[in-house]
Amino acid sequence: MTVAVVALAAAGCGESSKSASTGGDKESGKYSGKGIGLAYDIGGEGDQSFNDAAHSGFLKADKDFGIGGKTFEPADGEGDADKVQRLESMAKQGYNPIIGVGFVYAPAIKEVAAKYPDTTFGIIDDASVEAKNVASMVFSEEQASYLAGVAAAKASKSHTVGFIGGVDIPLIHKFGAGFEQGAKAADPKVKVIKKILTSTPQEGGFSSPDKGREAANGQIEQGADVLYHAAGLSGQGVISEAAKNKVWAIGVDSDQYAQDALKEYKDWILGSATKNVGGAVYELAKSVHEGKPLSGTIRGDLKTEGVGFSDTNPKYQAMTEVVEAVNKAKQDIIDAKVTVKTS
Amino acid sequence: MKKFDKERVLLAVAGPVMALVAAILLTSVVLLVSGRNPIEPYVIMAEQIGFSDVQVLIVNQASLYYIAALAVALGFRMNLFNIGVDGQYRLAAMVTAVVGAHVALPAALQVPLLLLVAVCTGAFWAGIAGLLKVTRGVSEVVATIMLNSIATALILYLTQKDTWGVQSGNNMTTGEMHPSGWIPGISLGADTGELYGLIFLAVLLGVLYWLVLNRTRFGFDLRASGASPEAAAASGVDAKRMTLTAMLISGGVAGLSGLPLLLGDAHTYGLSFPAGLGFTAIGIALLGRNHPGGIAFAALLWAFLDKASQELDFYDYEKEIATIMQGLIVFAVVISYEVVRVWGLRRQQKRVGEELAAAAASAAGKSVKGDKTEKEVAAR
Repeated sequence: MTVAVVALAAAGCGESSKSASTGGDKESGKYSGKGIGLAYDIGGEGDQSFNDAAHSGFLKADKDFGIGGKTFEPADGEGDADKVQRLESMAKQGYNPIIGVGFVYAPAIKEVAAKYPDTTFGIIDDASVEAKNVASMVFSEEQASYLAGVAAAKASKSHTVGFIGGVDIPLIHKFGAGFEQGAKAADPKVKVIKKILTSTPQEGGFSSPDKGREAANGQIEQGADVLYHAAGLSGQGVISEAAKNKVWAIGVDSDQYAQDALKEYKDWILGSATKNVGGAVYELAKSVHEGKPLSGTIRGDLKTEGVGFSDTNPKYQAMTEVVEAVNKAKQDIIDAKVTVKTS
Repeated sequence: MKKFDKERVLLAVAGPVMALVAAILLTSVVLLVSGRNPIEPYVIMAEQIGFSDVQVLIVNQASLYYIAALAVALGFRMNLFNIGVDGQYRLAAMVTAVVGAHVALPAALQVPLLLLVAVCTGAFWAGIAGLLKVTRGVSEVVATIMLNSIATALILYLTQKDTWGVQSGNNMTTGEMHPSGWIPGISLGADTGELYGLIFLAVLLGVLYWLVLNRTRFGFDLRASGASPEAAAASGVDAKRMTLTAMLISGGVAGLSGLPLLLGDAHTYGLSFPAGLGFTAIGIALLGRNHPGGIAFAALLWAFLDKASQELDFYDYEKEIATIMQGLIVFAVVISYEVVRVWGLRRQQKRVGEELAAAAASAAGKSVKGDKTEKEVAAR
């Protein structure tokens, strides 16, 4: 008890670590920050998917205009206070722009952006923060997922396709809904099996390849011969299991056919429902570097090529009927002939 | 009051100190093996204590840890292993958030209501395990672990759109709580931040914990049941009732552990509400030796490792160094307590032996004298 009382008394002594704060140099228009501060979502670097997509944009920005910067991983089961602390430290040290990868950063970005008006903040997958120095980068995942559904249904021989989502959250339902609609549109007889790995991110739905493998195995046993995953790092398990059983897998977020870590299985990666997170990170970094920081909500959809369906696998390109169906579906969505549901 | 016993204090402090030293040394070994500077991370982390904003973060986090660890310690004192603190805490926080979002009373009623809801939810969830234990003999370890998973599923169900869920962006929350249930923090300036108002609840619970365990009949029965169930039963303690009561109280306290954050800052239960608090609390209760002061120290240490380690990322060290340390501390604590216990026993034996020897020697001297008198008597 005494310790607690002492601690209470002691808190608030000493200088704040924020006292020596530095912001971007706004007036000269010349970039003076320390580079991009990129704060990852659960799964972190190396998930070959969502976070790595953000990382690719970070690397490209560094290559193109040498902005530099640093990436940060979250801790397991951390709360908003930890995220606020991380973002504040980044702002304090002069990183600019600061990008939260994933909607869980929304409350933290809102709080920190208000305290550091001269720093530009970016958030992926969330449009709830409204501030002059915040760019919200959201995507129409359901459109890309629709294309994945069309491709899956067209490529399936058993008329059974599977969807494996990471965590039971609205964002993942979006992927599932688009996929199902696309598959049903391409083949009304198709059976779509859906599986969500865990109810909370803390249980590892986005970070457990073993869970992905198990779910994929179950769906293959039920007759699915094309599996689409939206499960971050867990998706590696889906892809490896699909390749082992010689059925198609469809990747997500990054073009997973082109990922080094998945080279072994790439022959069985039909394509990927891409989400240009890397491009969003790149564009924001570029705008800050040029002194004209982006702000407001920036939506990536099929029209703006913020989302899409990758066709890098030659085996996919050889299936002309599938490719045609996907291209037609894409045009239909762009022309607003088809509206994709989000849930 | 008991007299200040130097021996007891020495033994009580030796365990944690040994554990900390061992953990630091072993972490340095890990750093050395991975080709890193084995000192610098500690220096960086130690520097953080000097910053007032980090102090606030540490104390805030420690208040959550402290309440949860008290819940675990209550069980420990009674030889009950309540692994379910995590589920009890999450479920209670979620239910409290829902009640807070749908009930709007004046603050003087709203806050007590919310506290009561949290206590009851936590107690209810732990009570299931308690009931299973006293009626069916189900191990509380197994029951509470399973209840953790059930709590996760239940929370998911209760936060769906067609129950009480409110979607905010891509986050699923329980909606914002009515402001009358918010507990204002103690602001220490814009740069420094706010201390949670419910920190005082944590301190109060610590005082109550000590008073109840050491100054009441109930506390005595509880400790007696923990130390020796047979002896307690023989002296008229109803073991089943004690088990159930201890589980209920432990769960009730666990239910409160999320409130400093919920009522002080988050004001909603969403996907980003921290998880795993109940498991961290087990290590903290162990390190604190179930003593309210010890737990306060352990909670602050844990919170310090959490918050100060964030800075390591900026110096190209992984903040997981702190996680390694926390793990090693738990290991070292278990081992060092055993070592200290054996060492304490030896010291006691030695001291008792010396005292006995001294007593025997003086008795021998006495008996020589006695013999003489006897002889004298006999001679008469």
